[in-house]
Amino acid sequence: MLKARNQTGLIFFPAYDWAISPTHPEREERLLYTQDQIFEEGLFDIEGIRELKAEVVDIEDVQRVHFCVPDARSVMTESHFISAGGAKTIGRARMDGLVDRGFALVRPPGHHAMRVVHGGRGFCNVNNEAIMIEYLRKAYGIDRVAIIDTDCHHGDGTQDIYWHDPDTLFISLHQDGRTLFPGSGFSKELGGPTAAGTTLNIPLPPYTSEEGFLTVIKKAVLPILEDFKPDLIVNSAGQDNHYTDPLTNMNFSARGYADLTALLKPDIAVLEGGYSIENALPYVNVGIILAMAGMDYSFVTEPDYSPQRLYQGSSITETIEKTCEQVLDIWRDRENIRIRMQENVIYDQRKRNIFYDTDEIFETQNETLHVCRDCSGAYKIDSSADNGNRILAVHIPRKACRNCRDIGYKWFEETDMGSYGMIILQDRLEDQYQVRKK
Amino acid sequence: MIIGLDVGGTHTDVVLLDENGLQRRIKVATDASSLFDAVFSGLTHITRDIPADQISHAVLSTTLTTNAIVQQKLPTVGMIVTCGPGIDPEYFRTGEHYYLVAGAMDHSGREICTLDEQAVRDAADKMKAAGIEYVGVVGKFSIRNPAHELRIRKIIAPMFEKVFLGHNISGSFSFPRRIATAFLNASIYPVHKNFFEAVKQSLEQNGIDLPIYILKADGGTMDFDTSIDFPGQSILSGPAASVMGSIAFAPPDAETIVLDIGGTTTDMAVLINGVPVLAPHGIEINGYKTLIRALHTQSVGLGGDSVVRVSGGELTIGPDRSGPALAYGGPEPTPTDALFVLGKAGEGDREKAETGITAIAKQLGLSTQQAAQKIFDQTCRQILDYARQMVEKINSKPVYTVREALHGHSISPTHLLVLGGPSPQFAQHLESMSDYTVHMVPQWDVANAIGTALSRTTCEVTLFADTYKLEASAPEEMFVQSLKPGFKLADARQMAEDLLKKKAIREGARTEDLETDVLEEFEFNMVRDFRMIGKNIRIKIQVRPGLIHEYRQIAEKIPRDPAR
Repeated sequence: MLKARNQTGLIFFPAYDWAISPTHPEREERLLYTQDQIFEEGLFDIEGIRELKAEVVDIEDVQRVHFCVPDARSVMTESHFISAGGAKTIGRARMDGLVDRGFALVRPPGHHAMRVVHGGRGFCNVNNEAIMIEYLRKAYGIDRVAIIDTDCHHGDGTQDIYWHDPDTLFISLHQDGRTLFPGSGFSKELGGPTAAGTTLNIPLPPYTSEEGFLTVIKKAVLPILEDFKPDLIVNSAGQDNHYTDPLTNMNFSARGYADLTALLKPDIAVLEGGYSIENALPYVNVGIILAMAGMDYSFVTEPDYSPQRLYQGSSITETIEKTCEQVLDIWRDRENIRIRMQENVIYDQRKRNIFYDTDEIFETQNETLHVCRDCSGAYKIDSSADNGNRILAVHIPRKACRNCRDIGYKWFEETDMGSYGMIILQDRLEDQYQVRKK
Repeated sequence: MIIGLDVGGTHTDVVLLDENGLQRRIKVATDASSLFDAVFSGLTHITRDIPADQISHAVLSTTLTTNAIVQQKLPTVGMIVTCGPGIDPEYFRTGEHYYLVAGAMDHSGREICTLDEQAVRDAADKMKAAGIEYVGVVGKFSIRNPAHELRIRKIIAPMFEKVFLGHNISGSFSFPRRIATAFLNASIYPVHKNFFEAVKQSLEQNGIDLPIYILKADGGTMDFDTSIDFPGQSILSGPAASVMGSIAFAPPDAETIVLDIGGTTTDMAVLINGVPVLAPHGIEINGYKTLIRALHTQSVGLGGDSVVRVSGGELTIGPDRSGPALAYGGPEPTPTDALFVLGKAGEGDREKAETGITAIAKQLGLSTQQAAQKIFDQTCRQILDYARQMVEKINSKPVYTVREALHGHSISPTHLLVLGGPSPQFAQHLESMSDYTVHMVPQWDVANAIGTALSRTTCEVTLFADTYKLEASAPEEMFVQSLKPGFKLADARQMAEDLLKKKAIREGARTEDLETDVLEEFEFNMVRDFRMIGKNIRIKIQVRPGLIHEYRQIAEKIPRDPAR
């Protein structure tokens, strides 16, 4: 009798009536063959695997994470509300003990969506995982969360959201940013002065194969997770490292994804990218689901799978092992790195240019963090987009000290409206979102 | 005139109907060890003194195949299975003679491994040597490309009595369910065929030559010849009989819960504007999950004869039955006995009922009257709770489009239709305990047989069209056709409808009954290398379960009261 070892919840929301544009990789057809394979395997009939219905996420859930300009309804389509809602449903099922683990197979994806959202970038508008995690923190009081991003593209949106949060460990494995969108995710990107070391980047050379990915998981990710002791492990489960993916240059396989999932044992996985819709996704998803459920996946292989052809050269192996060492060094040394970064700094500044490739918007950000010794620090982002929108976004973190709370409110209440269209306050202490307009 | 016959656990109900309504009704005892007697005596009694040419046909709903599966009285049959990547197919083994042979199709119907014909021949030889006569042949994704299943049949057909192919059973995905369904079809084929051939023969010997239709679990009928190819569709037709017996009395513009309250169980179903809701996949029986189309029904262990107990100070009802009520000579107190105490039941041993309920009352620290009321209240409340849970289950079915997620219909029934033996006592109380408008189905104790008689022939067709490959296929129908460029969704819908109508007529439907519904309809742009190359179209279409045309008005002509 076929039975799941772990009670596993699945949300399948393929959004069969939603596309960015008719021929866009993020289109209606994307999960069609995955559905065919999942249904044909009879996965939803297996004892211990249950399919749940995605809910629609609330505006408050989005506002707990993002500053949407001009507002959430303008930057989100209906499908985003359900995709993020699917992640939320799985998170709730996990916390309510309905399931041991869950996988939200939803689209559109979200890991390129940053704290401030002017539009879509890298096919993402809002961050499904962050919306789920912040909801779970609010509703269930969980604290430490680890996000392991195994999409081929750097999870720059998730990185941005948790850049200043020492309670969220973000580790991204991805194809080297010198060779792929969004061009970031180098190991020196390790978080802000109050949270250095809880952002970790593991760039991988093109043509990294099963051996490389599993090495990173075993040598770097698992030991760090062991140290960090998260309440919840979330996997941003992009599937575009596959050897047939049309947008990337990696050599990962369905079996490899299943092995990775079996090693990582995420509580919750959320689908990100992956655009080899016929030759990879059907097999990768079946592999991941079986691995989540703790079941035998040894018969899951692509019809044209050949480990010999995907053999990873020794120079790639060396590069990866070196990167793992660097990342482990950062992790072990994170307290000292924080001390050095905080030395003689009261306000830390970060200036960035962000391009929204999907919506063709340029944004310039000036971020100011209060480098606090008692909490992770309030921060404000002065954000202007080339479509004329300019906002000041003030974030008071979940565990803000009295002083940082006051600083945040002072920024929010006393900043001159000047050329800002809006000044927005995200007060995570009180779980409030306030907007000042001209 | 039409005969409807429904075999139940204790009684077999038989009715004779014409356009003026119910002409005859009889009940004969069901002896599970001799279903044939029940069916044969039911049919001969109901037709007594009626010229055979006055009767157009008989529709039968029996527990024959259901019992055979539940009691595991099945012959040894064989399976030949082909499978591509995925779950290890060994998990789906049906028995000793389950042969995995090399050969595979992928999700789009492309051959990814050629068929090992020698392995097929070897498997066939082994089965033959073991005396096997019935074989199921199933391939993963055979509904996308049945070539291997067809080839296997060609190789082995001369060696066996009957071969069942997976892709003919249903156009729905699910390899494990396809295996289970082909296996069950092969397993019950002989018992089904022998039984109905014997019924036909005996009737003919008695001068009754009638076309015989069989009721299916989806509330539709099929003619005898179709049932020989798809005997599995006769499994679990009982609950469908009751649902079909109530739809004539359901409001046409509201959502209704049907409750068939029996001795052992209460069967529930939902009607939307008089149309029954279908189960999402197929029937489940004895651990087998199948692709056999069925109405969405739920059976709970609560009925007039459920055992009433007190355990840990709490009153419990059911889920078991240990016999009839005390009042009818049974061994344990039941809700029916509570009705006797409350003065709501007729002939029976009221004293015995009272003694039993008094014992319960003592354990609860109540008076006998209070305990009886509590038992009756709790039975009704539990039935209502289960009904609510079923509605929640239907509403929590996942959806795959933005439109359905945001604007999808959520059902909220306002009416209850009650049938089954204890209906009169329950209907009134259910209404007082809930917000539903409650009605009893006229002839509530034989409504199932009326439903059996009046159901129309139903079927379903799934069509796949690929405008890049320029090919359309309907697996159940062995239909493959090349397409002209410019083939559109509307063309596909027309094609599916034509196939459906042809199939329905072939299986015994009449043209005036071909009310169809599109159950699923999707059209996807297929894009390769960032270029649109064609459309992938999928349509699932059905003949809607319902009553035959000229009998739709019969509802008003059926007297409410069963005494006749």
